[in-house]
Amino acid sequence: MENNLVLVLLLAPFVGFLFNVFLGKKVGKNISGTIGTIAVALSFAMSMYFFLQLNSTVKPIEVTLFDWIQIGKLKVDFGILLDQLSLLWLLFVTGIGSLIHLYSISYMQDDENMHKFFAYLNLFIFFMITLVVGSNLLVMFIGWEGVGLCSYLLIGFWHKNQDYNDAAKKAFIMNRIGDLGFLIGIFILASMFTTLNFMEMKQAISVGTANTALLAVAALCLFIGATGKSAQLPLYTWLPDAMAGPTPVSALIHAATMVTAGIFMITRMNFLFDLTPEVQNIIAIVGAITALVAASIGLLQNDIKKVLAYSTVSQLGLMFLALGMGAYNVAVFHVITHAFFKACLFLGSGSVIHALHGEQDMRKMGGLRKIMPITFATMLISTLAIAGIFPFAGFWSKDEILMVAFEHNKALWIIGSIASIMTAFYMFRLMYLTFFRDFRGTEEQKHHLHESPSLITLPLIILAALATFGGLINLPESNWLNHFLEPILSGKHEEHALGSQEYMLMGIALAGAIVGIVWAYAKYIKQGFVPKQDSEIVGISKTIYNKYYVDEIYTAIIIKPLNSLSNFFKTTLEPALGNVVYGFGTLAYGLSNQGRKLQSGSIGLYLFAFVIGVLAIVSYLFLA
Amino acid sequence: MENILNQIGIENYIFLSVLLFCIGIFGVLYRRNAIIVFMSIEIMLNAVNLLFVAFATYWQDPKGEVFVFFSMAVAAAEVAVGLALLVSVFRNIGSVDISNLKNLKG
Amino acid sequence: MAPILIIFYILSAFTLSTAFLTIYSRNPIHSAIYLVLCFFSIAGHYLLFNAQFLAIVHIIVYSGAIMVLFLFTIMLMNLNNEDEVHKPRITRLGAITVFVLLSSALVVIFMYSKPFVGEYYTSHTDFQSIKKLGTVLLDDKDGFMVPFEFASVLLLVAMIGAVLLSKKEKIGK
Repeated sequence: MENNLVLVLLLAPFVGFLFNVFLGKKVGKNISGTIGTIAVALSFAMSMYFFLQLNSTVKPIEVTLFDWIQIGKLKVDFGILLDQLSLLWLLFVTGIGSLIHLYSISYMQDDENMHKFFAYLNLFIFFMITLVVGSNLLVMFIGWEGVGLCSYLLIGFWHKNQDYNDAAKKAFIMNRIGDLGFLIGIFILASMFTTLNFMEMKQAISVGTANTALLAVAALCLFIGATGKSAQLPLYTWLPDAMAGPTPVSALIHAATMVTAGIFMITRMNFLFDLTPEVQNIIAIVGAITALVAASIGLLQNDIKKVLAYSTVSQLGLMFLALGMGAYNVAVFHVITHAFFKACLFLGSGSVIHALHGEQDMRKMGGLRKIMPITFATMLISTLAIAGIFPFAGFWSKDEILMVAFEHNKALWIIGSIASIMTAFYMFRLMYLTFFRDFRGTEEQKHHLHESPSLITLPLIILAALATFGGLINLPESNWLNHFLEPILSGKHEEHALGSQEYMLMGIALAGAIVGIVWAYAKYIKQGFVPKQDSEIVGISKTIYNKYYVDEIYTAIIIKPLNSLSNFFKTTLEPALGNVVYGFGTLAYGLSNQGRKLQSGSIGLYLFAFVIGVLAIVSYLFLA
Repeated sequence: MENILNQIGIENYIFLSVLLFCIGIFGVLYRRNAIIVFMSIEIMLNAVNLLFVAFATYWQDPKGEVFVFFSMAVAAAEVAVGLALLVSVFRNIGSVDISNLKNLKG
Repeated sequence: MAPILIIFYILSAFTLSTAFLTIYSRNPIHSAIYLVLCFFSIAGHYLLFNAQFLAIVHIIVYSGAIMVLFLFTIMLMNLNNEDEVHKPRITRLGAITVFVLLSSALVVIFMYSKPFVGEYYTSHTDFQSIKKLGTVLLDDKDGFMVPFEFASVLLLVAMIGAVLLSKKEKIGK
């Protein structure tokens, strides 16, 4: 019975995908959208059921679907592990997923390929579930690759535009670079422990006899994989470009679910990372620097979605900072709260873009506060959450991260705090430019401004509520999340009793956020500052506005040499190989031409050959 | 009746037969006139017949000679048909030169 | 040297020379005549073997029928003043080489075989008179009756074939 429910959990989105692929066009937009949403909602119901069951029994459910690989001593089966960590992830992935599906029914109404959109979304949820419930690294890898594929499909959804296709390719290829690291890590672990199952690896590592240098290499390789998937330095440039996809895609994949896969993987393998402190240091440093750099770029962006994209990269950097200091539960907490408010922010921006018929430049927005009240209210709540204002969800999780950072490494704490202050500044900049003062767009756009329909505003309201109350799952006194995740984490986690140091840190963080908000208010509302047109930006602002020219550097260092290498192969190696192959043909032709002379038609020659043959046979038989 | 081979020896007959056969082959390869080619084939057949009769005497068995009998019958039939073909070819081409028969050239 | 041996040598010299001249001579009619002489000498060889019936049949069939057929065909095609172009030099060289090779191969093969020592076996019975030949040929149990009949069918077919093949095509058909 339980096996069947697990299968329903896993396969419901896949059935939705198949339905939309084969029958989506025929049944019409609304039905295909509804079926897609129901599929994900079904998975959500199943995960809720298992969650409640786990709460009562505290025993993880492990189901093996079938034996998959058996080579020598390595045995990998297609297994599903439903324990605390995977159920937590399942809840918010399928929950936010179903909300976004609901949103998309209205958002993608005008698109003729809506059924294809829902098919891809369902496929994505299916792969994400596979990633999360896999009982060994290889099943997780299937999901890992699958979400990368769906990300490509969805980013390039409006495939008539070549720029969007390029962005999709960029996302996929950068993901693959990370995946190479992931694979190497898997290989090292498989060779060391002859198993890839999480439980078995945990036991094998806890024995303590493994080669720590090799473990460190494996951990580093796995982290490289996480870098690619979760957009950390240096593999982060795909995420801003991925905003080319429709807004629900950005909300689902690039805010709430896919980019958290890296954090999920590292948390899953926490027993490995706990044994390799050097790699943890690297993770923390990379996370902190990413947070700072991305926040600095976000300060000057003018596209509403790009601001949110850089904000995502920055927040992910903070999560990696937490992971790098061994505070896995803190990182998970921030993942959950971030999913709530970032999804709400993206969906809200989608609502704004929808009202403006595709306009994404904030310099042409303004004064939408009165016209779109629900959108404004929900986005305000989420912005307060992301800035870390008490008592919204982001305050609790971000504070925990900064607290842990303060204890481990003051320098990282400073970097994290600066990033948080910048976050507050640019998020409120976004709010002020979009919703306050006067409308700066065209007259025609002004006429068509309206609040979005209920299918769009309902998910916004739900997510805003979660962003408000989400902090409750891990308040410093009750620490429900920490206790919940205890069986997963092998290391000792420190509980923060609320002492004077903690209050002081909370105060500093809150003060910094308020400073950022007030500064933004002064600049954009009091002063009425509107960012300049692209051609007028000069100096350091220009460098930051152009993302520190990182993309250009990558092009020069990596892409150009690769292209010239491919060109070399194309112009010299390929014709050479071609000539070798043709040479065989020419050889056969030449040989056959010579052989053709045997068929001269002259009887004398035939008789001659006849006699020679008889002579040969006779001498062979009797003389040799 | 005494065996004549006691006085001549079978090797002599074998040599004779071999030489005659090789002369026949030489004739087939050397000449271009189809009639001469046929005649050389007859020489080859006769060489073989001679060998058969020699060995019939060697084994004192009449079956060798019976085979010669049949061989002659077949040779006669073959010559008849072959010459008829030759006449037909001559009517088409106008000469009996076998190097003119090159239509099977590939 | 026994007298029979001398007769054998003379006869075989005659055979070989006439055979060679058959091939060598220019005029096809001359070749035909030489071939007839060759056949007569082979009949002589048969007589040495005491196979009289075979000798006479050989003369009748070969010299009497086959060579006459050849001569008729030659005269039909009016080949008696034939000036034949020689084959290219390489072919002639090849033919001579093959001749030498083949004859030497066969002779060498024979010379390496076991030499015969002693007397030749003589069954003091009659084995090759007409009576004995007839018995062997026409015996239906362990004779050659069936092949004999087939040979007659073969000759019939050859006759029909020869007649059909050399029919003149009717003009205008």
